Amino acid sequence: MNQFTYTRVSTKDTAIAALAKDKTAMFLAGGTNLIDLMKSGVTSPERLVDINALPLATIEETKTGLRIGALAKNSVVAEDKLILKHFPLLSQALSAGASPQLRNMATVGGNMMQRTRCHYFYDLALPCNKRQPGRGCGALGGFNRMHAIFGTSELCIAVHPSDMCVALTALDATVLIAGPKGERTIPFGEFHRLPGTTPEKDNTLQRGELIMAVDIPFNKLADHAHYLKVRDRASYAFALVSVGAALDISGGNIREARLAMGGVAHKPWRLTEAEAVLKGQPATEDTFRKAAEAAMKGARSFGGNDFKLTLAPNTIVEALKTASGRV
Amino acid sequence: MSDQLKNAEEYTSGTSRRSFLKQSSLITAIALAPNAVVKAAEEGLDEKIAAAIEQMPLNVTINGVKQNLKIEPRVTLLDLLRERLQLTGTKKGCDHGQCGACTVHIDGQRVNSCLTLAVTTEGKQVTTIEGLAHGEELHPMQQAFLDHDGFQCGYCTPGQIMSAVCCIREGHADSPEEIREYMSGNICRCGAYSNIVDAIMDVKQGGKKV
Ligand SMILES: Cc1cc2nc3c(=O)[nH]c(=O)nc-3n(C[C@H](O)[C@H](O)[C@H](O)COP(=O)(O)OP(=O)(O)OC[C@H]3O[C@@H](n4cnc5c(N)ncnc54)[C@H](O)[C@@H]3O)c2cc1C
Ligand code: FES
Ligand code: FES
Repeated sequence: MNQFTYTRVSTKDTAIAALAKDKTAMFLAGGTNLIDLMKSGVTSPERLVDINALPLATIEETKTGLRIGALAKNSVVAEDKLILKHFPLLSQALSAGASPQLRNMATVGGNMMQRTRCHYFYDLALPCNKRQPGRGCGALGGFNRMHAIFGTSELCIAVHPSDMCVALTALDATVLIAGPKGERTIPFGEFHRLPGTTPEKDNTLQRGELIMAVDIPFNKLADHAHYLKVRDRASYAFALVSVGAALDISGGNIREARLAMGGVAHKPWRLTEAEAVLKGQPATEDTFRKAAEAAMKGARSFGGNDFKLTLAPNTIVEALKTASGRV
Repeated sequence: MSDQLKNAEEYTSGTSRRSFLKQSSLITAIALAPNAVVKAAEEGLDEKIAAAIEQMPLNVTINGVKQNLKIEPRVTLLDLLRERLQLTGTKKGCDHGQCGACTVHIDGQRVNSCLTLAVTTEGKQVTTIEGLAHGEELHPMQQAFLDHDGFQCGYCTPGQIMSAVCCIREGHADSPEEIREYMSGNICRCGAYSNIVDAIMDVKQGGKKV
């Protein structure tokens, strides 16, 4: 790991000021992604600004929903009573990620900012446009079993690896951000981005901005929610495909549906077309199958990940079956 | 705000790491012009000088013993334990959060010490496998691993035991299935999993305080 200077800050303003002063400085939260990347030589900040003392670890009820502080630990959010009551999908998604030890360290803000697990990104000897713009994408014609089937570009087919973010995308969350120019709020679905011609940018957070909190609006989807994660072993592995499904069902009919997928794109992939297919229809396997078909429009695979074209729709149907209680 | 934190914030108010270096008492001790030292470090001429001037104070309680240390910020808790304090019970498997061999408790929570910078444990309580037993009397989880042959080569065992204690404390040891899920952060290359689950079930059902 490179040498760096370590600084502790305890207020939002000192945190933002610390990053403004030093162009190579980065925030340190749980460290589970950043320290890993520094050990691998992918990231080499000259200064780490430890933000763990900031008062951003609470989970609070607001008038319209729940506000989760950016420094709330993944394990705490997953087991929080309010989260379990209102947003079981988020709890399930968090518990499906990483390991109990890592979840004790990992924070909500850090989870959003975690970088892809693409092998070409991690291995300095291999080409990767995300790590080194212009070097080429090794995954395109190489090992791409874990890679994207939606929203890819000629420069990058990496996926965003988070489980938590899939649930937050489905639940219409918003992100509260503070920066040198003040605070702003953006929809969670617009936080992460597609690779396009600038795959080095994972998201729309500007340099020097601090994630403060995530807000989730109350909904009627808590009784029929399921996060289904398919992976190479039963636990402690990243998703090949995951689906977050939440339904509002009344008298056997779907009133509202929220669906998002992980492991398939450079960002958590919201399935708006499939949601529209589900809305107003009976909660049957036939409906679920139609929704899955709608979801797969525009999918494209790259050899190693051809299986995802079959796995993804099947996972959507299974997640919807379990969410609706029609197993 | 603790004094420690205040001090650290003063470091921030100095614009760069260079000014931090100037404030450092060590620099005066070394009695070299800071610029020369910094330049030497930048040119990679003397890693050792560079390492010395980058040291930070660390006060942490490890297995009940207060430690007042000076360390480089890039030292992980795992390396501090093993290389500096000779607490080699905690193992290094992958060094990337992927195996759980390095599991220790910080303020009672299980974490991977390989991804924890030692400086972030300021003012905290760290417990390692060496701190689990009461004198000569083994911790119930240590005894259960012996009774159930919860290991073969033993390399993953300290991490497994530290993790297992928290698995019960967190309330995630009610069935073999739940134990398997909540122990998944600890890999065992020898495949002693079924005996490990038996050991944890045994401690849980025995009802002893962990
Ligand atoms: C072996 C292993 C397995 C894993 N498996 C999974 C899995 O199955 N599913 C899954 O979803 N994840 C998984 N993870 C990833 C894990 O969830 C992330 O590493 C973690 O969530 C990152 O959070 P952190 O607080 O540790 O972030 P850090 O490592 O501290 O920071 C990560 C990045 O976020 C930035 N940052 C942190 N907080 C803020 C903030 N408030 N504002 C702005 N920037 C900020 C940092 O500067 C840094 O760039 C795994 C990780 C490992 C090591
Ligand atoms: S050594 Fe820390 S998880 Fe493997
Ligand atoms: S006992 Fe050998 S690795 Fe677990």
